[in-house]
Amino acid sequence: MSRAVTRLLLALVLVGAVASAAWAQSATAPPAPAQPAKPVNQEVVHEVAAQLRCVVCQNLSVADSPSEMASQMRAIIRERLAAGESPAEVQRYFVDRYGEWILLSPPRRGFNLLVWLLPFVAVVVGLVAAGALVWRWTHRPGRARPAPVAVDAAMSERIRRELERES
Amino acid sequence: MKQLWRWLIPLAAVPVLALLAYGFRVSPRDIPSPLVGRPAPAFALATLEGTPLSLASHRGKVVVVNFWASWCYPACYEEAPVLERNWRGYRDRDVIVVGVDIQDKREAAEKFVGDFGLTFPIALDLKGTVSVDYGVYGVPETFFLDRQGRIRVKHVGAVTDDVFRKTVDRLLAEPSSP
Repeated sequence: MSRAVTRLLLALVLVGAVASAAWAQSATAPPAPAQPAKPVNQEVVHEVAAQLRCVVCQNLSVADSPSEMASQMRAIIRERLAAGESPAEVQRYFVDRYGEWILLSPPRRGFNLLVWLLPFVAVVVGLVAAGALVWRWTHRPGRARPAPVAVDAAMSERIRRELERES
Repeated sequence: MKQLWRWLIPLAAVPVLALLAYGFRVSPRDIPSPLVGRPAPAFALATLEGTPLSLASHRGKVVVVNFWASWCYPACYEEAPVLERNWRGYRDRDVIVVGVDIQDKREAAEKFVGDFGLTFPIALDLKGTVSVDYGVYGVPETFFLDRQGRIRVKHVGAVTDDVFRKTVDRLLAEPSSP
């Protein structure tokens, strides 16, 4: 709950910062000198960094990598957020330069949808196949319960006598 | 029905094999840069000697921006003489070579420049902002810019004489105004 509230506040602060930055740009004809950097939440930096691929590593995010390149990228993320950019704008900055390759999870559209949908398709196909097999095993006519063996009267009389003898 | 299954199961392996055949042919290191064809990001750095070095001051020339580091052995060591040789050969023909040293230390960079006797301007990008602006993910990477300041070719790995000459000659042959 408190997390949700802080996020909401954070979002409001960011929106406010972008709006005021836009207003400042339009109000003053020459672009204003860099505004005093506003404090940037470490968590927001981490969230952006966690979605970016560390370009010099194998399967590490910018947030998790100890490499110099990743630490420089974290500094750039922090600077851009401090300058008033939204996390989405910071992400777009990296995508513009590195392509979608930089995103650890491919965006859910176009050809990439295959990556997102195929596992579910595989699960459904697997369930259907397993269900069909189980149904076939349980309903196979050859394996039906064998019909009771016919026992004639003489035979059952003999069984009764032998049982009596043993008891 | 039985006959169908006998064919269907091996057939299911075909798309998997096709995917693997495609995947193993493509090098995961060859990542197409979205910057090719777009205006080169501007930068203003200082050279090792302290003179300002900006892209804007070389507009109208064919610019070769080379990202390197002194620890990048052997590729950067292979291409340093190539860059120097071609810089000397082309410097009077509206071509400029710019070296951007990334993820490095000043002393190491100065030693590298001294060892190879590099005479083209070289800047330190200590914060990595220029390298990220250019979408650099390793060294060496070289960007060839046309006279309009657009990135036309991104070369990953050591630059050879052949690559340098062919690319720069092609860009020089283009008319200077679009």
